[in-house]
Amino acid sequence: MRSPKSEALLSRYSTIIIFLIPALTIFTLFVVLPIGEAAYYSFYRWNGYGDPEKYVGFKNYAYLFKNRVFILSLKNNFYIIAISLFIQLPFALLIALMISDKIKGATFFRTIFFLPYILAEIVTGLIWAYIYDGNYGLVAAVWGFFGAEAPFIIADKDWALVAVLIVIFWKFFGIHMMIYIAGLQAISKEVLEAAKVDGAGSFITAIRIKIPMLIPTIKLSVFLSLLGSLQLFDIIMPLTGGGPSNVTHSMVTYLYYFGVMRMKIGFGSAVGVIIFLICLFIAIGYQRTLMREDNENRF
Amino acid sequence: MKTFLKLFFSIFILASFSTAKADTIKWLHLFGDDDNSMPGMLKAVKEFEEKTGHTVVMQYLENESFKAKLPTMLQSNDRPDIFYSWSGGVMYDQAKAGFLRDISGVVPDSYLQTVSAAAADAFTYGDQRVGLPKQVAQVAWWYNKDLINQAGVDVSKIKMWDDLLSAVQQVKDAGITPICMGGKDKWPVHFIWTHLHIRNGGKALFIDSLNNGGWGRPEYILSGEQMLELVALEPFQKGWLAATWPDQAGFFGDGKCAMAFMGNWMYGAQAANSASGEGLGDDNMGMFNMPMTKGGLGDSGDTLGGINGWLFSSSAPDSAVELIMHYVSKEIQTEDASNGAYIPIVKGADAALENPFLQQVAKNIANSQYHQIFYDQFLGADIGRVVNDVSTDLAAGIISAEEATQAVQEAWEFNQ
Repeated sequence: MRSPKSEALLSRYSTIIIFLIPALTIFTLFVVLPIGEAAYYSFYRWNGYGDPEKYVGFKNYAYLFKNRVFILSLKNNFYIIAISLFIQLPFALLIALMISDKIKGATFFRTIFFLPYILAEIVTGLIWAYIYDGNYGLVAAVWGFFGAEAPFIIADKDWALVAVLIVIFWKFFGIHMMIYIAGLQAISKEVLEAAKVDGAGSFITAIRIKIPMLIPTIKLSVFLSLLGSLQLFDIIMPLTGGGPSNVTHSMVTYLYYFGVMRMKIGFGSAVGVIIFLICLFIAIGYQRTLMREDNENRF
Repeated sequence: MKTFLKLFFSIFILASFSTAKADTIKWLHLFGDDDNSMPGMLKAVKEFEEKTGHTVVMQYLENESFKAKLPTMLQSNDRPDIFYSWSGGVMYDQAKAGFLRDISGVVPDSYLQTVSAAAADAFTYGDQRVGLPKQVAQVAWWYNKDLINQAGVDVSKIKMWDDLLSAVQQVKDAGITPICMGGKDKWPVHFIWTHLHIRNGGKALFIDSLNNGGWGRPEYILSGEQMLELVALEPFQKGWLAATWPDQAGFFGDGKCAMAFMGNWMYGAQAANSASGEGLGDDNMGMFNMPMTKGGLGDSGDTLGGINGWLFSSSAPDSAVELIMHYVSKEIQTEDASNGAYIPIVKGADAALENPFLQQVAKNIANSQYHQIFYDQFLGADIGRVVNDVSTDLAAGIISAEEATQAVQEAWEFNQ
């Protein structure tokens, strides 16, 4: 004979289990198993044909951390994160603060700034490859207008990464701006009106009221930006293909070019495992530290 | 009733028989609709389907996608029966893993006698015949006669590497871009470095390196140094590192540079990718072989190029092999040759070549004692792409000749 308390507990857990089974099955099939497989393959020298047979232990990992291009790709990912966090997000916040209120033209600007995000990343890469083209692109036209010889930005190994960062900035700041606008619109009007009554101007209201109340939204935006930066692939492929001289690879394009395209599936799997671990470390670390308070408040 | 039953069973057996015999053959290729190879392929398919009752499904993938997707496709149930190949290392990997069918029993000797023996041999793995050849190609220096004459260069005097360097300098001094290059794709760059390997090291050294390593030999370092001499002249068009192979062909076809080092497919590509769609025209185009290097162990007649053809996946039916034998036949290869589509491998079909450039290439390959398949294909996907990488880095001037050879040696060791 079960007590009513244990009955309730059992019923609660049964419900949870029933609802979790489909999600867990899909998660296991499409996330856990592939990760496990990748980890397994990473210990083999395998070209993707047949079954992996040549066990090499940690050699793929050792080779990876000696590889100049991988180290460069890792650095590039951190540059992308830095640009996203310290330039893109503050800029998105600034624009959001400017156009979040119901002022004239706000909707127009929101649409304009959000438009790049609607474009598929591969299309964005192609468009910008054309814009940067020193022969026929927009850059060529602008330089030509002033009678100057246009630079070939994405062919220049000193400037190619900057060119990629500009595209990333252009493409993604709109989504962060929209997230901030949504957060700003959720701030209670009474609070803002009280600040106004107390004589706070726009700047003070933004600094003292809006931004502090937007902190949970900013944390979420930073989190999305971090993970997005680590997964960057589609824009780089058509824009530079990781070139010139492999200076614009992200870790994921590195995986594709040096793993898949070279049919080094074992080695590519090692790259995949490293990317996964970095993402996992950042995700758990971020959730456990910066977003901890928000999570606790939520539950 | 008996007659009805007899008739019914006869129809049933006939229908079952014909269903069992009618194969659906999946043929994966990488030729776009405007490619010169397509008319011949479509003709072969139509004739074969009418003759045999089999169905041929043509499947197309772009070059890079083809290379990326093929390993997965071959391991799926949706694998093609026939697919394109550049022979060499990738083919060996596929054969070694058991993904190719040994077609020795299906291809009669009488057929093999109709094709070039060297080309047919390129599609063997050990004692297995895993594919059939279609065409050969050679890489050479293409030049724009107007621009070369404008610069006062006498192409007939380019016999040695130093002569080429002088010619490049002369063209540059005339205010003309000497060489068009598609650096983003990398493989166009590797032709220069690896052809210098062929001149400096010759066949024996290549075979030895292939089997025993030693990609850092002085002869190969010398190739890098020679390439750096060329690079020091800043011979390529502005922005060459972001230019693709079609860009390279288009620039050459538009007369924006004096020379390009490319396979014989440049002939059609320079026209197709030019702004006018017509390119330079035969009168304004010329071709010469890679010059010899001082003290080089190779022969000045040795050639770099391709032997391309068709492979058969492990589950390919006999009819797939029969289709390719029908396609790679004297009749169709002769027609394709007369259209200037490619250099055929069926004996006698090359007589139909009307294009003077293709005629010259066919002659060069016939006279060559050593026709080296493109390094990036022959050495397999991994080492081949390392060769492409370091060639481009050399051309960009960011690595030394020693570093380039060392990277290839490391890749070779990694794969042992």
